[in-house]
Amino acid sequence: MRKVSFPYMGTSYIPFNKLLTALGNEVVLPPRPNAETISLGCKFAPEFACYPFKIVLGTYVQVLEAGADTLVSTGGVGPCRAGLYTTLQEKILKDLGYDFEMITLEPPGRHLKDLIESIKKLVNTRLSFRDYINIGRFVWKQLTLLDKAERLSHKVRPLEVKKGETTRIYKKCVDLVADAQNMTELSEVEREIELLYEGIDKKDFDPVKIGIVGEIYVLLEPSANLEIEETLGELGVYVERSMFLAGYTVSNAVMDLFHMAGERDIKKLALPYFKEMCGGHGRESVGNAVHFAKRGFDGLIQLSPFTCIPEIVAKSILPRVCEERGMGFLAITLDEQTGKEGVRTRLEAFVDLLAAKRKKAKLMQKSQLAKEMS
Amino acid sequence: MKIGIPRALAYYAYYPFIKTFFEKLGLEVVVSDETTKEIMDKGVEDAITDACVPVKLFHGHVKNIKDRVDYVFVPRLVSVNNEATFCPKFLGLPDMLECSVTDFKNMLEVRIDLKKKRLRLFMLCMSVARKFKKGFFTAYNAYFKALYSFKNYAHQFLQGGIPPLGIVAQRKNSPIRLGVVGYPYMLYDPFLSLDLIKKLINMGVYVVTPEMVPEKDKLKQAKKLKKTLFWTFSNSVVRTAYHFFEKRCVDGIIHITAFGCGPDFIVDKLMELEAKSRNMPYLTITLDEQTGQEGLNTRLEAFVDMLKIKRTKKEAALA
Repeated sequence: MRKVSFPYMGTSYIPFNKLLTALGNEVVLPPRPNAETISLGCKFAPEFACYPFKIVLGTYVQVLEAGADTLVSTGGVGPCRAGLYTTLQEKILKDLGYDFEMITLEPPGRHLKDLIESIKKLVNTRLSFRDYINIGRFVWKQLTLLDKAERLSHKVRPLEVKKGETTRIYKKCVDLVADAQNMTELSEVEREIELLYEGIDKKDFDPVKIGIVGEIYVLLEPSANLEIEETLGELGVYVERSMFLAGYTVSNAVMDLFHMAGERDIKKLALPYFKEMCGGHGRESVGNAVHFAKRGFDGLIQLSPFTCIPEIVAKSILPRVCEERGMGFLAITLDEQTGKEGVRTRLEAFVDLLAAKRKKAKLMQKSQLAKEMS
Repeated sequence: MKIGIPRALAYYAYYPFIKTFFEKLGLEVVVSDETTKEIMDKGVEDAITDACVPVKLFHGHVKNIKDRVDYVFVPRLVSVNNEATFCPKFLGLPDMLECSVTDFKNMLEVRIDLKKKRLRLFMLCMSVARKFKKGFFTAYNAYFKALYSFKNYAHQFLQGGIPPLGIVAQRKNSPIRLGVVGYPYMLYDPFLSLDLIKKLINMGVYVVTPEMVPEKDKLKQAKKLKKTLFWTFSNSVVRTAYHFFEKRCVDGIIHITAFGCGPDFIVDKLMELEAKSRNMPYLTITLDEQTGQEGLNTRLEAFVDMLKIKRTKKEAALA
C-alpha cells in the first residue's frame, strides 16, 4: 500500500485525507507547520525561496521521516513560481537521499492527460462509478462545511463577549467535520455548527471591516500568517478573506477543465489597473481590493511572502487603488523571521487609525446634518 | 518626433531590433543615459521596495528620459515563443510604472505576445507604425532592417564578441574558459554587474555567456528538465548551464543574479544541484544596489585562482 502524504494548508488536510484514504492509500498526516518545520525548510531551501516553499519543503522532510513514500502536490502553469515547486523540491529531497515518488496534479486545462495519469497512480482499490460519485460528494460537502465554519468564525469573533470563545468553537467545528463518517452525519454537523455559533454571547455594534487579499498559501494557512484573522478578530474587527478553499478548487480545477477563467467578475474589476494576467493571485488581489472597496470596507491588508513576484506587482498598484477609493492599506510581508508581536503592533495601529477615520467621518456627517437643519 | 527607450530590462536583449525599427520609421530615437549612481537612486526612490534591482533601475531610466521625449517606449513582454512567458514583473511592468512613477503621461505601452501566431511580430510592428502614421512600405522596410540588425547582433555573439559591452573578440588562447550565466539585463549593464565581464577578461579568462551558445545546442538540453520553466530568460540560462555540464567546454560557471529575483531561486538551485553531481566549480554572485566593488573583486580573483591551480594540477598529473 502506498504511504501518501501532502502539504499542509489550512484545514484542507481533512478532505484530502478522506479522499486519499477512500481511494485506497495509507495517509501519513502532515503535522501543522511548527518551528521545526520552518527551520528544516529554511535549512534545505534556497535563501530566496518564497515562504510557502520553505514550509512545504519542511513538511515533506517531516513526513518522509515519518515513513511516507509518495508525495502529492499541485502543479500549475505559471508564471508564478508555485508551479515549479515540485520539480525543485523533488531534486532537493532526492539530493538529501530520500527515496519517494512525487506526484504532481497539474491543472486539467492544459495537462489533462498528465492529470489522469497521476490520479491513476493514486487509485489503489477497485471502486465502482457510484463510489466515485459518493466520495466526490462527501469530500465536497466537507470542503464547503469547513469554509462555512471559518466564515462564521470571522463574522462572530469581533462580537464575542468572552475572548477566545469563537476560536474554541471553531476548533470544535473542525473536529466535528473531520470525525463525520457519512453524508447524514455531515448534514447533522452542518446544523450543529450553526447552533454552536448562535450559542455564543454577542455584543451589538458595527465593527471595523477589513478585507484581506494576497497569496493563497499565506492566506489559507494560519501558521504562516501568524493567525492574523484571529488577532484581528480579537481586536474587534470584522475580517473577510478574498479566498476560500472551495472557491479556489472550483475556479482552478473545474472551470479550468472547460478552459474558462474562474472569478471572471473579479478579474474585470482589476482591469483598469492591471491589464495582464501575471500568475499567482496578483490580479485577483487587485480585483478583490476594488470589490471590498465597493462594499464599503474600511481597510485592506495584503499578505504576501517575501519575494513573491505577482504580489510585488500587485503591491505597487494597491496603494493607488486604496487611495482612490478611500480605503486604508497595510502590506504585510511574511517570511521565517516575521515576529508575531511586531505584526500585532502594526495591526493595532492600523485598526486604531481606521476607527479614528470612521469616527471623524461620522462627526463630519453629524455636523453637516446639523448645518442643514439650522 | 522623439521616442525614448529606457536602457534597462528588455533593452539589453533586443535593442538592435527596437532601435533600428524606430530609426528606420523616421523617428528620433533617444536612449536613456548609461546607468549611473544617480539613475539608480532615482529608481530606488520610486519603485516598490521588494522589487528586484533591474526593475528599480527601469524606473530610474524612465525618470531619466521621460521629460526629454514625446513617448517613452515601455514593452509589456508577454512571450516570444510558444513554450514560456516572461517573469510576472515584465508582464506587469507598465501597470507598476503607471502607479509608482508620478507624472508619467507619455508612456507608449506595447504588448508583445508572439505566442502561437505566425507573422505576429510583423503585425505588431505594423500596428506600432500605424500609431505614428507611417505608411506600409516604410514600416515594411523598417521591419526587415530591424530584423537584419538583430540577426547581425546575434551573430556577433556567436563569434565570441559581446557587442553591448563593446567587446569585438576575445583571445582564444586564454588559459581559463568560464561560463558566465545570467539574464542579459544583469550581465550587460556595466554598472549593475560592476563591470564583471571586463574584469574577468582582464584576468585572462575567456567568457562564455548564454547568448554565445547557439540556440540549437540550448534546445537539445530542453528535455533534461521534467517540466519546462515558465520564463524565457530562465530557460535560456538553465539550458546553457546544462550544455556546459554536458560538453564540459568551460572550467567553471558563475551565476549572476539579482537580490530578490523571483525565478532565480529555482534556476540557481537547479544549477547548483547539477553542478554538484557533475563536479563542476560553481559560484553564485548576488547583486543589488549596494554591492561593493572590492568584495566582488576578491571573490572573482579567488575563484579564478582556484580554477588555475586546478588546471595546473591536472596538467601536472597528466605529464
